[in-house]
Amino acid sequence: MKITAEEVKKVALLSRLSFTDKEIEELEDSMSGILTYMEELNQYDTENVAPMAHAVEQFNVMREDKPHTSFTNEQALMNAPEKEDGYFKVPRII
Amino acid sequence: MGYTIHELHEKLIQKEISSVELTRQFIAHRQQVEGDIHAFLSVNDEEALKQAAAVDAKIAAGEKIAALAGIPGAIKDNIVIRGQKCTAASRMLENWTSPYDAGVIERLEANDYVSVGKTNMDEFAMGSSTENSYFGPSMNPWNTEYVPGGSSGGSAAAVAAGEAVWALGSDTGGSIRQPASFCGLVGLKPTYGLVSRYGLIAFSSSLDQIGPITRDVTDAAIVLNAIAGHDERDSTSIPMEKADYTEALVNDVKGMKIGVPEEFFGKGIKPETREAIEKAIAFFKEAGAEIVPVSIPHIKSGVSVYYIIAPAEASSNLARYDGVSYGFRAPGDNIVDMYINTRTQGFGKEVKRRIMLGNYVLSAGYYDAYYKKALKVRRLLKEDFDRAYEQCDVLIAPSASGTAFKFGAFSDPLSLYMEDICTVPVNLAGLPSISIPAGFHNGLPLGMQIIGPALGEKKILRAAYTFEQNHPEFTKTAPKGEM
Repeated sequence: MKITAEEVKKVALLSRLSFTDKEIEELEDSMSGILTYMEELNQYDTENVAPMAHAVEQFNVMREDKPHTSFTNEQALMNAPEKEDGYFKVPRII
Repeated sequence: MGYTIHELHEKLIQKEISSVELTRQFIAHRQQVEGDIHAFLSVNDEEALKQAAAVDAKIAAGEKIAALAGIPGAIKDNIVIRGQKCTAASRMLENWTSPYDAGVIERLEANDYVSVGKTNMDEFAMGSSTENSYFGPSMNPWNTEYVPGGSSGGSAAAVAAGEAVWALGSDTGGSIRQPASFCGLVGLKPTYGLVSRYGLIAFSSSLDQIGPITRDVTDAAIVLNAIAGHDERDSTSIPMEKADYTEALVNDVKGMKIGVPEEFFGKGIKPETREAIEKAIAFFKEAGAEIVPVSIPHIKSGVSVYYIIAPAEASSNLARYDGVSYGFRAPGDNIVDMYINTRTQGFGKEVKRRIMLGNYVLSAGYYDAYYKKALKVRRLLKEDFDRAYEQCDVLIAPSASGTAFKFGAFSDPLSLYMEDICTVPVNLAGLPSISIPAGFHNGLPLGMQIIGPALGEKKILRAAYTFEQNHPEFTKTAPKGEM
């Protein structure tokens, strides 16, 4: 699978990353190489195989809905890059 | 000086040494060697001495202490400790302080552990050499021109260099076993779900497990005893009774069936590794085990499956680093620019490559061809292992293709990914595996894996212990670790 510069740029935007032209070229090469190698998976007929997301398959694990203490507002904000009046502060959105 | 957990525990309870004295010795030794090793990202001397003093007080009061109480350890810097920085070796978390303790840290606290610091790693645990650490690599205590392995390279280097008696690492695709192998140590990756992932900075959630890196098999069982157990805050944690893994430390493999999967011995495996494992197989046979040739055909596609699933999960897990609620933030004119600038400057090259790969294989048009295909082949691999364990108790395999490699030895990412062929199949199948020293080549240690069925920790510990007890020549101290 040869990846084009356009595809790299599209995935970069989805990933919220930006790259220089040189980095895009390097990613085209390395991602194409890796994804081409992975085409070896097509040697297997997997039509009737169910996908396996977890090795220990457990579903809908429930726990009792017990109240417990959580972070204080101060703890929640202690690592905030910017905060104001007890809230996270971000650049203007609208 | 022998300095395993179990030897030092005896000295503590016989009052030959106090925990404070011991901790001071390790801090002093670290100050001598750390400049050459760079195992730590942060140290914790004051708190460690406080923890040690509390253990001494218990001993003085005649109280019984836990097996690892008061013995200096180190914690990989992707496991959070309340009030301490936790960076995952990333600029993104350079100044992040954890407001809470990981599940394993709570359990260690209940065992009166002493931690002398947080260890170096590849950024977000993505790598096999610590060369991807934002803070610079760690060096191999056997020869500082070589990598210590990764991603838990700092944990392995700290133990091998005598800067800690034991350490916690995490293993997503070999990150405990391969550095243990490169540094001449024991590294145990538990069954997926045996040890809580609560408070482990997530890389690939269906593969990540925390486990010990120690100087011998007994110590691995002691640390596993302390950290294993159900945690309702990790929905993948297995509800089960607490076990005593030291019960498995039996020097006897008579009647045990040891499987040898030919696919683990493919063309990338170096002759010296092959030879070391052949000798180990001969030993087990001599010791009364039955050697069973088995086949796990999908092992040869382990790297393909792993490097689709792990980046896919990572791209999702790392979406949280957006500069809003914690971590690094780079300014931007609007919120999207802020996100982009933050992530572009906050993540290193390999992390960005894996986010890109992950988002690519999950994107519309490629999801079925790559991600879903990988999940299906993952099941075929798991079924191969299931069939193999119908014929044997444990499997034997190399931990890596050879000994540690030199810094900068791999220039393209795919060739480095291929090096993970011995370890990634085990994570994909969720199995427990222990890497133990199996020889030396050109002065560097070689490792061997013993892989068990799910929750077969006792089986692998027994086989590993038997091998270790009969090969004391492989349990050596690295030159930098002599105290």
